[in-house]
Amino acid sequence: MALDSLSTTFAALADPTRRAILGRLISGEASVTELAEPFDMSLPAVTKHLKVLQRAGLISQGREAQWRPCRLEARAMRAAAEWMEPYRKQWEQRLDRLDEYLKETHKKPRRR
Amino acid sequence: MTSAARSIKHQSFVIERKFDYDPAVVFRAWTDPGAKARWFSGPPDKWTEDVREMNVRVGGRDRLVGRFVDGSESRYDATYFDIVTDRRIVYSYEMHWQGKKISVSLATIEFVAAGRGTKLILTEHGAFLDGYEDAGSRERGTLSLMDNLERALGGADIRRGAA
Repeated sequence: MALDSLSTTFAALADPTRRAILGRLISGEASVTELAEPFDMSLPAVTKHLKVLQRAGLISQGREAQWRPCRLEARAMRAAAEWMEPYRKQWEQRLDRLDEYLKETHKKPRRR
Repeated sequence: MTSAARSIKHQSFVIERKFDYDPAVVFRAWTDPGAKARWFSGPPDKWTEDVREMNVRVGGRDRLVGRFVDGSESRYDATYFDIVTDRRIVYSYEMHWQGKKISVSLATIEFVAAGRGTKLILTEHGAFLDGYEDAGSRERGTLSLMDNLERALGGADIRRGAA
């Protein structure tokens, strides 16, 4: 399950146009027309790329507004990053516990 | 899968973390057995400890054996290479899961005085063996790292070189 969705994520990332689209969405949501602007391709071609990104869970498209803005979804990206760095998450959790332990046993952290 | 059977994935990362305590306090939490047992473990909700041994000196070894809720066993064996009090620790460790060696890593921990606290810099270089790049959290098998990568790259033609 998790692996299949990872494959979908990496397949979606393995295209320069789609990475450029994600890069644009980092600075905020955008309409399909706005996203298509920098590319020398038809609107349907861009929509096709967006569908791939959407299926991979990397972006979502709003329903609320008329212009249906696309936005970045962090979760799939995070899963991909965790796959690339397997022990990082474990360490982050341990260091959280270290911080808690220090706070419990040393009542007064020295304030700056 | 044959591609997973003798595969190696290399991987490095750095984590920086600020603590509101002196390097001496943070260093002690890494080197005092009672203190380290309080935080250095598998995920507390999914893992229970069976064996814990510590011998913090150059050439000394740590061992931590435990069991996940699914009954599978994890074993951590570390060897210290360099210890500078309140400054740094360099050690290597190997991980076994269900008796299989799944990774060998070099870890360096730096304790840097920063303001009134400590900046901890953790750097790891790891070799993940035979497709166990997730430290055994899923069953080995259907998809190896290489299969996964090939599939990912095959999904779109990156050699096209647009953009």
